[in-house]
Amino acid sequence: MNGVLAGALPAVPLLVALVGLLLPLRARRTAAALGIAGAAAALADAVALAARVKSPTTGGWRLVDFGGGLVVHVSYLLTPAAAVVAVAVGTVALAVQVYSVSYLHDDGRYPPYAAQVSLFTAAMLLVVVSGDLILLLVGWEVMGICSYLLIGHDRTLPEAPAAAVKAFVVTRLGDVGFLLGIALLALAGHSFDVATAGARPATIPALLLLAGVAGKSAQFPLHTWLPDAMAGPTPISALIHAATMVAAGVYVVARLYGVFTPVALAVLGVIAAVTMLLGALAATAQLDIKRVLAWSTVSQVAYMAGGLAVGVPAAALFHLLTHAAFKALLFLAAGAVIHAVGSNLMTRMGGLRAAMPVTFWSMTIGLGALAGLPPLSGFFSKDQILAGAWDAVRHAGPAPRWVAVVVLLAGLATVAVTGWYATRLWLRVFFGPLLGAAHDPPALMGWPIILLAVPSALLGLVVQFAGTFPGLDWLSIGALLLAVAGGAGAWRLWRRGADAVPAVLANAFYLDDVQDALVVRPTLALASAVRRADESLVDGAVEGTGGGALGLGALVARWHRAALPRAATAVLGGALLIGIAAIVLVGLR
Amino acid sequence: MHPAIPYLTAAVLFGLGVYGVLTRRNAVLLLMAIELLLNAVNLVLVTADATVRAALPDSGQVFALFVIVLAAAEVGVGLALILALYRRRSSIAVDEIPLNEAENEDRSEEVNA
Amino acid sequence: MTSADILLLALGAVAIGAAFRVVRTSHLVRAGLWLVVTLGAVAGVYLVLAAELVAWVQVLLYVGAVVVLLLFAVMLTRAPIGASADLDRPGWAGALVGGGAALGLGALFVDGYRWQKVGLPAPGTAEALGAQLFQHWVLPFEVLSVLLLAALVGAIVVSRPET
Repeated sequence: MNGVLAGALPAVPLLVALVGLLLPLRARRTAAALGIAGAAAALADAVALAARVKSPTTGGWRLVDFGGGLVVHVSYLLTPAAAVVAVAVGTVALAVQVYSVSYLHDDGRYPPYAAQVSLFTAAMLLVVVSGDLILLLVGWEVMGICSYLLIGHDRTLPEAPAAAVKAFVVTRLGDVGFLLGIALLALAGHSFDVATAGARPATIPALLLLAGVAGKSAQFPLHTWLPDAMAGPTPISALIHAATMVAAGVYVVARLYGVFTPVALAVLGVIAAVTMLLGALAATAQLDIKRVLAWSTVSQVAYMAGGLAVGVPAAALFHLLTHAAFKALLFLAAGAVIHAVGSNLMTRMGGLRAAMPVTFWSMTIGLGALAGLPPLSGFFSKDQILAGAWDAVRHAGPAPRWVAVVVLLAGLATVAVTGWYATRLWLRVFFGPLLGAAHDPPALMGWPIILLAVPSALLGLVVQFAGTFPGLDWLSIGALLLAVAGGAGAWRLWRRGADAVPAVLANAFYLDDVQDALVVRPTLALASAVRRADESLVDGAVEGTGGGALGLGALVARWHRAALPRAATAVLGGALLIGIAAIVLVGLR
Repeated sequence: MHPAIPYLTAAVLFGLGVYGVLTRRNAVLLLMAIELLLNAVNLVLVTADATVRAALPDSGQVFALFVIVLAAAEVGVGLALILALYRRRSSIAVDEIPLNEAENEDRSEEVNA
Repeated sequence: MTSADILLLALGAVAIGAAFRVVRTSHLVRAGLWLVVTLGAVAGVYLVLAAELVAWVQVLLYVGAVVVLLLFAVMLTRAPIGASADLDRPGWAGALVGGGAALGLGALFVDGYRWQKVGLPAPGTAEALGAQLFQHWVLPFEVLSVLLLAALVGAIVVSRPET
């Protein structure tokens, strides 16, 4: 039974997606019904699995044999953690499908959109339950393609195609390392099985896997694609770029945790610390509401990575779940605000508290969870990570002690900055003078928001009652104070009406431009040089042989077309030569 | 007598004849150069007749007579051709003679235009 | 050096010099006249070599008929009286081939004969030649007359004006 459930988990959304891709553009109702039904079925399946799976179970059948023990199975590896993550994925997917029906009500290409969302859901669930490394890779890559297709969904937006390509190419870069890492793991262990591959520590494969994680989860230095990916529709930002795909890298590290040696974890910790602060600082200076949330995602995923680095993968996964809930909530609510105001920019927003009460309260819950205010879920999950870091400082975890110190300090600093930008967002959108008419979103958009507010608020308490929370201590109180301090700073600045956004922060330390200069431009120059070489050298050689043959032919034709005197000269000259040859040869004999 | 002298004379006449054939543009002058060629050959034949004892006596001179007759016939026909060419094109330069139909039409258009 | 040699040398020189003028002069009519000199010199050589009939036939036919025909043609094609400028093509190809031919033939003859001495034969009178012609060469003789007929007819047909 577990096997059937596990198999159906990615298979049902995949079928729904394939059928949906065949629908004509007019069939909106059918597409919507299919999409919602697929997501609901996946959610129900995941809930059933979560209820049934108490310990790791595997199963599957053989797909192809490459020899030398390298066999690809279609197999699953179910753990309680996997089941819970699957539930989170299913929930967010369902919420997004319902929300999209209303958000994209005037979009002409809704059916392929819904089908692509179902396809993405299938791919993510495949990554979650896969027991075979190759199958994991397949899900990983399909997620990348769906992300590309969905970011570029609105073809009228001028920045969408470039953003989609950027997202795809940057994550692809990381995926090269990911593929190499998987290959090395499989060769070393003579098996593609996730369970066996994930048990043996190996530094080089771990570092290569981290490349893929950095790409997909938007960590430094491959984080530049995520803010630009906000050109996609808001529900997509909620699903892919907040709740699921960016968290997939963290999930894979947790899944293959045994591979990561102290060296690899140290690298991961440094990356996490840098990204945490980078994302948070960049978020304080953005004017586009979705960009604030995007940079916030970068920062929060770095939190999860930091948790992994200091040796508390369970805490990292817990933060993954709470982040999925509150970030998806924040994005969907931001979508409602954008829909009401008609613009992404916070300069056009203000005083929406009274006009959009439901949105206001849900977003408050989401921002509170983000900042880590008790009793909301974010408080508990962040504190678990910080506590884990503190433990690793005191009693050396799997990574070196200095890594834990770095992660702890970065985490605490980020808490303060997170409070700052969360408060800034909250004040600018909902307080101050009302700039125009606005209203709460329609029901299909409103209900997913409300429903996501529930786990954002309560998930932490549920875990608390399950008894895995260490309790309030000086660390959690200190973090809370830092968050409040950050919020207070933002409030003071807002009160004064000052809004100087330092250009350095607004451009995220110009890392995007650095990447552009170091990688993009040389590659484009190389590509155009290759193209020119191909046109002039290769094509030129081919066409040159044609041209050369024609020229030679024309030359010979001119000589052939000699007038009488020249022809006579040729004949007599030839006769002379023959005569001389005859004389010489006969004379020699 | 030393036969080398008339032989060499004939060789030089032949060379001059070839030069004339290849250099002259006027068709009549070309025919004159051809006559030089034929005369050189005749000279060789006659000298050979004087030098060599052939199976048939005087055969060299007989050949020379035949060559003279042939030359006369050739000049007659050749001049008829030259006149026909002149009538059509008003020019008897041999390097302007068209070699195929297309050139013929081009050039007759030029002439008639 | 017998007197025959001296005569041969002199006449040969005249023939070559006149032939040179034939192929190099820029006056059309003068070329025809130089051709007469050449043909006359060659006829003289024939006389020295005791080929009497051939010599007189040469004078009759060549100088008398052929050159006259050529001069007629020169006049009928409206040749300019004075010098013509564009009479020749570039001469290097002709000089090459002609010089090569002359050298080649000359080398062949010199290699064959060196400085041998040969006695003069019996004179080739009309009687002697006629005996040979009508005994051994009758068939070619008749064919030649047919050829002359063909040339005659051909010349008339070709030179008919187009009507």
